[in-house]
Amino acid sequence: MRLLIVDDSSIVRRIIERHFRNHAITEIYEASNGQKALEVYREKAPDLVTMDITMPEMDGLSAVRHIMEINPKARILVISALADAATAVEAVKLGARGFLCKPFTAAELDEAFVDILEISAA
Amino acid sequence: MTESELQVFIDGTTRYFGRTTRRPAIVDPPFLKGEESFLLDYTGVIGISGKQRGTIYFSATTDMLSELILSMGAGLPYMEDSSLRDMVGEVTNTISGNARKEFGGMFMISVPVVVKGNQAGLYMPSNLTSFVIPVIWGAHKAFLVVCLE
Repeated sequence: MRLLIVDDSSIVRRIIERHFRNHAITEIYEASNGQKALEVYREKAPDLVTMDITMPEMDGLSAVRHIMEINPKARILVISALADAATAVEAVKLGARGFLCKPFTAAELDEAFVDILEISAA
Repeated sequence: MTESELQVFIDGTTRYFGRTTRRPAIVDPPFLKGEESFLLDYTGVIGISGKQRGTIYFSATTDMLSELILSMGAGLPYMEDSSLRDMVGEVTNTISGNARKEFGGMFMISVPVVVKGNQAGLYMPSNLTSFVIPVIWGAHKAFLVVCLE
């Protein structure tokens, strides 16, 4: 399974990357904003994307919309500090399969990951 | 800014440290900011727009940010300038973004800008009141400054 981690914080990207190293992830790619995420998505076609929202150049919600245009079956988990319900609803309306609020725990990241895989398998 | 609005940022700060490091931070009583500068080694600054306008910044020492990076298990060079900038920006972004749970989606936050050092002052709108929230985490002290309409 190939994972694309999108976040403008290298610390957050590293935490997610180190966490998923213990899972069945064979390839991990990174992007620091939505624009770069689209480039990596087109080139690598990852199976799962974790997507921050507040980023320079292109925000995560715009990136979710563009990725869903590229692949309507894309599996995207939005991971953001924006904790209001309306943002989570908007992310899901755009096509995200899940929403995880920062700061997250390892258990919450696991749970969100499993949820996305189960939803996709259903 | 009301007392309950200020409490949102106090709660957000303690939650951040508790969840990311499992070592809760202690917050001293907030106070009104005067002329004194509360800029430490690195400061993350976020602009607020939408329903409310203002500025939020979190300022911390190099030692505190280094220990925070280590505690989070990011495995990054914890003394490098780029890591320290990243860390202070992420703390500011998370605390500010979490406030939308209470303030709603029209509490719009900018991408964080990071300022290094304490030589230059930060512009805070003079017509707005700024509150300083001292944050104690282990042996370290940082400041969250909230300036909102």
